[in-house]
Amino acid sequence: MSAGQNDNELISKVLQGDHQAYAGLVTRYQQFVFTLTLRFVKNREEAEEVAQDVFIKAYKYLADFRGDAKFSTWLYTIVNNTCISFLRKKKLVIHSLDDERVFAKADNQDLGFRADGVEQKSRHRMVTEAINRMKPDDAAIITLFYKNEQSLDEIAQILGVEVNAAKVRLHRARARLKELMETHYAHEINDLN
Amino acid sequence: MYTHEQMEERLWEFIDGTASSGDRQLTESLIQSQAEWKEKYTDLLEINRLLHASELEAPSLRFSKNVMEEISRMQIAPATKSYINNKIIWGIGLFFITLLVAILGYGFSQMEWTTSGKSSFTEQLSKIDTSRFFNNDLINVFMMINVLLGLVLLDNYFSNKRKQFRKEA
Repeated sequence: MSAGQNDNELISKVLQGDHQAYAGLVTRYQQFVFTLTLRFVKNREEAEEVAQDVFIKAYKYLADFRGDAKFSTWLYTIVNNTCISFLRKKKLVIHSLDDERVFAKADNQDLGFRADGVEQKSRHRMVTEAINRMKPDDAAIITLFYKNEQSLDEIAQILGVEVNAAKVRLHRARARLKELMETHYAHEINDLN
Repeated sequence: MYTHEQMEERLWEFIDGTASSGDRQLTESLIQSQAEWKEKYTDLLEINRLLHASELEAPSLRFSKNVMEEISRMQIAPATKSYINNKIIWGIGLFFITLLVAILGYGFSQMEWTTSGKSSFTEQLSKIDTSRFFNNDLINVFMMINVLLGLVLLDNYFSNKRKQFRKEA
């Protein structure tokens, strides 16, 4: 029904009172939004709650979307702000998984990774697990760039920083991801080469 | 000579397509001529491919339904620009500018524009007689009440506007 319509057409319909048209936007972006919230929140149930909150906020303030940026960019700005306030409310420690103690703790959690079972894991799964082990802001910037199809300009807008700062953050996040993969997924990295 | 970090940064820019044409050519020639660059490039290119190919996470099947149930009980708020009247913003700005100009005008009118050099600028400023206008508590209280009334009226005006737009929506 909404598959052939672009975001702006769906938004116009919603603003004209057809609130069912919003389902098209939810279906289109739910995976992107959920993946991004999961990068921050790290817990599926809570990430789903936050993702729902994001779509509710976006609906409430839809009239404020001016259309001068992509809807997705505007939506991910809401994701970023909602996740940050959620983490602040929870006073959640933003773990740096570069810290070996935290890494050991993460190993004991059910992340689906076991050293002896590495070979059975797909490379894609390995990358996803490595991203899950990163700090929320690093994981989020990588997700925005690679999965949510946002340019560096758009990422800067979402995070409320200068383009150069976004570029530096992306470089650092990728360097940390690579380091994490080399340290903890050495077997898989060797297989890649 | 490039450090390890500079090398990676340059290669990522090359892979992302954000490097300038000059940088692109230089990186390309480094990859072709130096084994270390080629090896690092292949390495990063594979990570780049994996990152692009990584999967999105899916929420529960009820996700969309939950959102739609929640929003069915809600109304879209009117656009901020629709209830903030630019004329009022400009009016407030104009009021403060006028006030500033009046104070400056009064201040300058009290100054002696002679070149005697006997009195300094601060001395002249201290001669400004503000007590002519704010000379007793009654006037001060009266002005404070006016300011408060103005703020209450402004708040009332915005509330009415918001209600009006909600009804229209």
